[in-house]
Amino acid sequence: MARQTQVTIDKNRCKGCELCVHACPKHVLAMSKEINDKGYFYSEVVNPDDCIGCCFCAITCPDVAIEVAVGDNKDRGE
Amino acid sequence: MKTIFKRPESLTLTPMHYCPGCTHGIIHRLVAEVLDELDLRERTVGIASVGCSVLSYNYFNCDMQEASHGRAPAVATGIKRARPDLIVFTYQGDGDLASIGMAEIVHAANRGEKFTVVFVNNTVYGMTGGQMAPTTMPGQVTTTTPRGRDVDDIGYPVRMCEILASLRTPGFIERVAANTPQHIIRAKRAIKKAFQYQVEGRCFSFVECLSTCPTNWGLSPYKATQWLEENMVPYYPLKNFKTPEESEEGGKNAD
Amino acid sequence: MAKVLMKGNEAIGEAGIRAGGLCYFCYPITPQSEVAEYLSRRMPDVGGSFLQAESEVAVSNMLYGAAGAGVRAWTTSSSPGISLMMEGLSYIAAAELPAVLINIVRCGPGLGGILPSQCDYFQAVKGGGHGDYRCMVLAPSSVQEAVDLIPLAFDRADRYRNPVIVIGDGMIGQMMEPVEFKEHKFPPLPPKDWATTGCKGRKRNVVNSLYLDPIEEEKLNMKLVAKYEQMKREEVRYEEYNTDKPYQALLVAYGTTARICKTAIQQLVLEGITVALLRPITLFPFPEKKIQELARQAEWLMSVEMSTGQMVEDVRLAVGHDRPVYFFGRTGGVVPTPEEIRDAVKKHLTGKGV
Repeated sequence: MARQTQVTIDKNRCKGCELCVHACPKHVLAMSKEINDKGYFYSEVVNPDDCIGCCFCAITCPDVAIEVAVGDNKDRGE
Repeated sequence: MKTIFKRPESLTLTPMHYCPGCTHGIIHRLVAEVLDELDLRERTVGIASVGCSVLSYNYFNCDMQEASHGRAPAVATGIKRARPDLIVFTYQGDGDLASIGMAEIVHAANRGEKFTVVFVNNTVYGMTGGQMAPTTMPGQVTTTTPRGRDVDDIGYPVRMCEILASLRTPGFIERVAANTPQHIIRAKRAIKKAFQYQVEGRCFSFVECLSTCPTNWGLSPYKATQWLEENMVPYYPLKNFKTPEESEEGGKNAD
Repeated sequence: MAKVLMKGNEAIGEAGIRAGGLCYFCYPITPQSEVAEYLSRRMPDVGGSFLQAESEVAVSNMLYGAAGAGVRAWTTSSSPGISLMMEGLSYIAAAELPAVLINIVRCGPGLGGILPSQCDYFQAVKGGGHGDYRCMVLAPSSVQEAVDLIPLAFDRADRYRNPVIVIGDGMIGQMMEPVEFKEHKFPPLPPKDWATTGCKGRKRNVVNSLYLDPIEEEKLNMKLVAKYEQMKREEVRYEEYNTDKPYQALLVAYGTTARICKTAIQQLVLEGITVALLRPITLFPFPEKKIQELARQAEWLMSVEMSTGQMVEDVRLAVGHDRPVYFFGRTGGVVPTPEEIRDAVKKHLTGKGV
């Protein structure tokens, strides 16, 4: 069972640059059809189960809009 | 659940004003993560320069000073000489550092001032609307090179790491990039080493970070990261140019 | 403490150290390079930091950084170098940082010469760089007075959190005169809790002059203006000479030129002509009220300067239409002689005004 992961995107900090979507090796993220307070289509988690907790999305986000948490069973050092 | 990635404490909560997809924000975060990991936040003074990062004093959660255009290395020199106990870094763009501030950076490096320079190279003057910078690529169109940079007319782009590496004194010089997760991880390693050398009071440290400018390159954020990889990286090789260890052991850089 | 015969430049260096100016940045320029040379020897002894920068542009920004980090930082230079510092000076004033700049003026404009002059009056008194700001400007007329004014400059820079300029013509730097370093006591200063010293145990500090919000920028401008109004109320300094008896004319002169005027006045006394002198010591704040008061007893005034006439404008501003204000000056590094000043005065007295 892939370990438990959780990606949290602060939708109102997102500027819709899509870099996280491109960076994710598992296509977990996609751009929403809704716009946030600033009028951007924000990024959101669409396939949470495929997430491997690699943090590429958070690493490549220019606006520190993404937080990543992983389950306790196996830590993956960043 | 254990959080393994979140905003570093050395970044304020203020949303950044950078254009969508501009990798300035990433580089800010890397510096902030390093300040957290080395526990430096409370004894660091950052110097914001003039350019897109002119407002970075709102983002770095430590004492900050705003320098006039090109003079951050001189301001940093003043602080470090006045209070050598403080950790000091400048955050500068290519117009600020390689154009108007060239004398200041070359002489600060040559004096071996014990502070760290984070130099963001995105080949244009972003804040003022995309004019040519010293680092603009050959043939690259900007608002002041509408027919593309003509190297026969105004010469080739300036390579700061190579210039500073030709100086005997500066100890740590490395060029990294912020356009892909892999590059970003390596960039952080270099920035961390740079600050560690400063903590040890060892040498002047300089990290040049290639960065994107989607708005003024006229590309989507992702295409901009590709343009950087295909055009900038070949001309601005990502590597270490100097480390104090090599210089001290009479390595390749000692002359 | 006994008097010592010292060159002005070296006395200035020593005075800066004794005033606590232990962070000094410089760039060589005649006629004041000896200050830097002297301090390069002395600073290590007193645990201060001395640095020769790559340019005066860099110097002014090193000053900004050091002052912003809460230490007494200063520099000395001469006219062309001071011009390069103007941008930095504007930033220092805007960010409300204390700094002391000493200008040993040489003739200009442009590359000019290396001989004494007072042609930087406007630059010093009217701010010099961009934006609404002023510097307190102190004008010694001797090496001793320079040594006495420097501690005051450091105190007032800290007290007002504003740059202070000490301006002397080339002679003040190059002359050798006996000088004594006296003890100078000042009331205690508030702590520099605004400085960037590392935010441990407090909110972080930001030294900055960028104000994109016009309302905030205007507040800053008003805050600076209030400082200058306070200076005008509390910091005016001048010397009166020969004003204790009736006089026909009033000379206004500062620095070395004022000393030459005193000799001219003594010569005129022998010819039965009584002329008085008002010597501003603070060029900003300018002693307007005093000049207005003294002007009432004179038929006319004359500003005597080593320039083509700069302070004369401020004298006219002070006096208005009450009295004619003439001007006599030599420039290009030429130092006026007492006789020339005497003759210029006599010409006006006999109505054949210049």
